[in-house]
Amino acid sequence: MAGHDAKTASGPEQFLLDHFDSPAAQLHTAKLGMWVFLASEILFFSGLFTAYAVYRGNHPEMFAYGQHFLDWRMGALNTVVLITSSLAAALSVRFAQLGQQTALRRSLLAVIGCAIAFMVVKYLEYSHKITNGVVWGDGFSPSPEILAELPAALRALPVPEGMGRFFSIYYCMTGLHGIHVLVGIGIYVWIYRHAARGHYGPTYYNAVDNAALYWHLVDLIWIFLFPLFYLIG
Amino acid sequence: MSTHGENYLTAERGWRSWITTRDHKRIGVMYLTVILISVLLGGLFALAVRLHLWNPDGLLVSNDVYNRLFTLHGAVMIFLFIIPGIPAAFGNFVLPMMLGARDVAFPRLNLLSFYLYLAGTVFFLAVLVFGGIDTGWTLYPPYSFESGKGLALLLALLGVFIIGFSSILTGVNFIATMHNMRPKGMGFFDMPLFAWGLYATSIIQVIATPVLGITVALGFVEYLFHIGLFMPEYGGDPVLFQHFFWFYSHPAVYIMILPAMGVVSEVVSVFSRKPIFGYRFIAMSSIAIAIIGFLVWGHHMFVSGQSKWASVIFSVLTLLVAIPSAIKVFNWLATMYRGSIRLDTPMVYVLSFLLLFGVGGLTGLFLGSLSTDVPLHDTYFVVAHFHFVMVGSVLSAFMAALHYWWPKMTGRLYDERIGRWTAVMVLLGFLLTFVPQFIMGAEGAPRRYATYPYEWELLSRLSTVGAFVLGSGMFASLINLLQSLRRGGRRAPANPWGAATLEWFTTSPPDPHNFHGLPPLTGPYNFSVLQYIGGETGWVRRDGYNV
Repeated sequence: MAGHDAKTASGPEQFLLDHFDSPAAQLHTAKLGMWVFLASEILFFSGLFTAYAVYRGNHPEMFAYGQHFLDWRMGALNTVVLITSSLAAALSVRFAQLGQQTALRRSLLAVIGCAIAFMVVKYLEYSHKITNGVVWGDGFSPSPEILAELPAALRALPVPEGMGRFFSIYYCMTGLHGIHVLVGIGIYVWIYRHAARGHYGPTYYNAVDNAALYWHLVDLIWIFLFPLFYLIG
Repeated sequence: MSTHGENYLTAERGWRSWITTRDHKRIGVMYLTVILISVLLGGLFALAVRLHLWNPDGLLVSNDVYNRLFTLHGAVMIFLFIIPGIPAAFGNFVLPMMLGARDVAFPRLNLLSFYLYLAGTVFFLAVLVFGGIDTGWTLYPPYSFESGKGLALLLALLGVFIIGFSSILTGVNFIATMHNMRPKGMGFFDMPLFAWGLYATSIIQVIATPVLGITVALGFVEYLFHIGLFMPEYGGDPVLFQHFFWFYSHPAVYIMILPAMGVVSEVVSVFSRKPIFGYRFIAMSSIAIAIIGFLVWGHHMFVSGQSKWASVIFSVLTLLVAIPSAIKVFNWLATMYRGSIRLDTPMVYVLSFLLLFGVGGLTGLFLGSLSTDVPLHDTYFVVAHFHFVMVGSVLSAFMAALHYWWPKMTGRLYDERIGRWTAVMVLLGFLLTFVPQFIMGAEGAPRRYATYPYEWELLSRLSTVGAFVLGSGMFASLINLLQSLRRGGRRAPANPWGAATLEWFTTSPPDPHNFHGLPPLTGPYNFSVLQYIGGETGWVRRDGYNV
């Protein structure tokens, strides 16, 4: 984050852009920008939440049925993983503020590790469904094996018409969330590289702070997705 | 710091210094260049459409090509010109200077916004190469996402998505700039009204645009994977698309008009030589329009089969927008009242704005009222109304801004006489184009058809003639501006108009760092601090602070 003019300083001053009066002003502005951007992110997801509400209102039977294809244990595991990562992200801000470089690097690695674990679980869930024909739209044709996993009472019922739309919404929402997790991993790798060079400290930790804000939002969206899909039965 | 006599255009040389610049002024100039090219492109599509409609049976092209022409005219003009036009080009150039700041809050993000906009523009050009889309700019399913629409549709959706991202980032940047880059002593209510217009616009950009983003993203996957959210063929709900689309696209018309109103507030005050009347009312009415604007999208859907109670509520809320809009108009008129009005080019455009916005706004009431909208829906009346507010008003304000800030941007003065007459020509051409469309629409002529019954031949031809007058006027004014750049063109003083906002208290063109120290703040509409010297000097401050 070099300024307009090349600066020779090697301390945190090198990160002060020349149109700000002080590091505090720069941090304050960066955080304001991030909050405004996060408002934008929420509205980005809102379209999908609206689609969820509309389709659940019009087709409650689809949601009641489709939920049984989702394994709440996997969802709960991912919830725990993400909350842990959010804790690590919050700690990373604190460690940066205190200038504790080793703890900072460890907490950043913890965020990245949890995020990767989340994606691995996601991959297991997705691949299990997709190989068994539990996909979006018209392609929805569950295999006998996966139908056998359903509760006995449900197996007796016919599959609701247009069932694939439940999974359209499921894949769109969790997929978009997954993309945000992947972006988050990219951001945290980038921050880790800076942290490894000791760029963050008590007077400059803007990127760590903003990344954590973003990460908390990604976590928060999952906190809504988990009950909305996995726990509605 | 630069040495004396250098400015942002000359401080660094070579195209490399432009494409990597983080200077808000250069980014503004780059936006302006691409935007003007887009206007040219969209304008050529419009002329082709009008030329085709010279004959009731169509003159120029096949019906298919006609559909592509009006779609691309609409999409290019809306996404590439009107939405980014005033905020991205002029907002970027003047907002930091109006606040006495060195730059916007996030200069690198600003450059990224520009490149995203440029990428979106390239996508739209690619749409043209790959056959064009014929869905209308609204992209309503089921027609739009039918199989076999091909690459052009996907490119257009991606283009809209990317431009939307650019718009969001610009909004984030401007909000942070206005919150945190104001100097000590300049409160929110000491900002120029153009900044207030941008603030309201930025709020809409940040909150509404992501909804369009998710809509086109879902359209993309609908087309590719048949997910069945919008397409009835796969069990989807096309009205849901309309709700999503208008949740953005109605507030988007306020993204277009609010910065235009900001320009009008600046120009009307400067060229009446009177402090703006009702400053706080104008400022807060921008915010009111932004807020109410989020709650009226359903008025585009009165015939879509949405609940009639929803329609009633949307209708009432729509009519509420008239209140803050009228507050602005009355305050502008009150500013002019007993002012010492100078009819320089920007002011002529602003007078056009007031006339056209008056007509456009009042005809909007016909369309916002449930009972009159139903027969007028999808007729030329809607086309004429939309063009009165979005072209008549916003284009006039854009041209006003272009002529108002041109001396600051380029350091040159254009020919005032030609500027004034081309402004009149644009106005007359505009009226000739769209007044006949109001009449045709009231008589029931449906929009978007490539052919029409013989009874509308005369009105349609008048409209076509008008379009060419409008186009010629635009072209002539552009030539007039470019002429001023020739070697030996007249140099502009720092403050040629006698304006009191901060951007006029630095050299024309400005220093790369905008100011050498912050000019003493005297209030954006306090003209008593200025005095006219004339000639090469223009207006100067009485307190002796001069560049």
